[in-house]
Amino acid sequence: MVPFAGYEMPVQYEGIIAEHQHARTHAVLFDVSHMGQARLLGDDPSRALETLVPGALADLPEGRMRYTMLLNDKGGILDDLMVTQRGDHLFLVVNAACKEADFAHIGGNLAGKAELELLPNRALMALQGPAAARALASLAPDCADMPFMSIRSMKVNGIGCEVTRSGYTGEDGFEISVPNAEAEALAQALLDHPEVKPAGLGSRDSLRLEAGLCLYGSDIDETTTPAEAALMWTISKRRREEANFPGASIILDQVANGAPRKRVGIKPEGKAPARAHTEITDADGTVIGEITSGGFGPSVGGPVAMGYVKTGFTAPGTALQLMVRGKAMAASVAKLPFTEHRYFKG
Amino acid sequence: MATVKYTKEHEWVSIEGDTGTVGITDHAQEQLGDLVFIELPEVGKELGQGDEAAVVESVKAASEVYAPVSGEVTEVNEALNDNPALVNSEAETGGWMFKIKIADPSQLDALMDEASYRELLKEID
Repeated sequence: MVPFAGYEMPVQYEGIIAEHQHARTHAVLFDVSHMGQARLLGDDPSRALETLVPGALADLPEGRMRYTMLLNDKGGILDDLMVTQRGDHLFLVVNAACKEADFAHIGGNLAGKAELELLPNRALMALQGPAAARALASLAPDCADMPFMSIRSMKVNGIGCEVTRSGYTGEDGFEISVPNAEAEALAQALLDHPEVKPAGLGSRDSLRLEAGLCLYGSDIDETTTPAEAALMWTISKRRREEANFPGASIILDQVANGAPRKRVGIKPEGKAPARAHTEITDADGTVIGEITSGGFGPSVGGPVAMGYVKTGFTAPGTALQLMVRGKAMAASVAKLPFTEHRYFKG
Repeated sequence: MATVKYTKEHEWVSIEGDTGTVGITDHAQEQLGDLVFIELPEVGKELGQGDEAAVVESVKAASEVYAPVSGEVTEVNEALNDNPALVNSEAETGGWMFKIKIADPSQLDALMDEASYRELLKEID
C-alpha cells in the first residue's frame, strides 16, 4: 500500500506482471474511487463546459462520452477528464490529484451558468480485459451490447450503478460508479467471477503506458498543449472552426505551423528500461527531448516509454539516444500504442 | 561450507576462501517486485565497500545493489541477462549477481550474520 493523491492504494496484489497479463487475457478489477466524480447541471451545461474544454459536448449524443481536457489561456492542459452526456446534466470524472483544483476551476468559471454537484459518496471501479463483458454480463446482462464510450444506468447484482464502457488499459472494459455503501458488495461480486482478479496501481500504469495513454502530471501538464501532446484528435472540426476554447489561437497556430515538440512513443533497443526525466539526445549528444513515462511493458516483453522530442525527430523509426545512468542507450521513435487497442466495436 | 553475511541494504555475500558471491536477499526481491532487468558490473571492476555495484530494475523503478566488501569483480551471473526473474525466484541461490575477490577480509566483521539479519527483518516488517 502506498500513498497516492491523499489515498492509501495498493501497488499490486499478486504481482504487477501477473496482473498486467491477466488484464490482457482475462479481466482485472481496479478500485479507482480516488478519482473525482461530479455532475454539471444547468440550462445548458454542455455549452457552459465548452468554454473550458476543447471537446465537442453540445453535439455529444445523450448516453455518449468524450475524453477531453481543461485548458488554460496558454492552451496548456490543467487536467484530462471524461465527460458523459446525460441530457439534463454532464457526468464528469477527473484525476484524483487535480480534483480539488478542477472543481474549483469549473465551479468558479461557470458560476451563474452551470452548477457543479460533487459526488464524494460514490465509488468507482474499473473492470478491464477481454473477459470484462462476460464477467459483468453475468451480473448485469444489460451491459453486453453497450457501445464503447457510452453510459447506461443498470443494476449490477441488484445494485444500482452507472456503467460506462471505457477505460485506461486499451482493452474492452467498464467503469462502474456505485454509491459508497454498496461498493464493497459490488467489488466482491465482481471478484467472485472466476475470470476476474484484483489489480493495483503498478499494472494500471504498465497497461496504460503500453496503450499509449497519457498520465496527467507526467505526459501532459500545464506546459503541454493538445497539439504538442498529440491529442488533437480530441478536438472536432466544429470546435476548431469556432476556436472558442482557452488557448485556441495558440493551439491552432501550432496545428497550422507545427508545434516545437511532440509526444511520441519511444522504444529502447535493449532490455534496460528508461524512465521519466531521462534525457533524449541525437547522435551527436545534443539534447532533443525528455522521456515523460517509461518502464517495462509485460505484453511487449521489453522496455517502453513516451516522451517529447523536438520537431524533426518525431517520425517513427527516428534513431534516438537515451541517457541512462550516464551512458547513451540506443532507442527509436515508436508508433503508439505499443499494444493494439481492443475496444468494443459492437 | 560457505559463511554467509548480510548488509543493512539487504545484500548477502557468501564467502569461500577469498571469493565472495553476492546477491540480494529474498526480502529485498519481495520488496522490489517483478524484476525486468539487471545491470551487472563489468568483470575486472574494482569496487569499494558500499559502492554501487549493480542496478536492479523492477517494473516500476530502479534500485542500487551495493558492494558488501571491497574487491575486484571476477565473475557475473550471465543467466540474469536473459532471465532477470531468477533473482525473484532464487534470490539467495541461483539469482546470485557477481563474485568478488575480497580485498580486506576484516570488512566482513562489520556485516551481520544470519541471526542478526533475521532480527533486522523482524524489526522492519
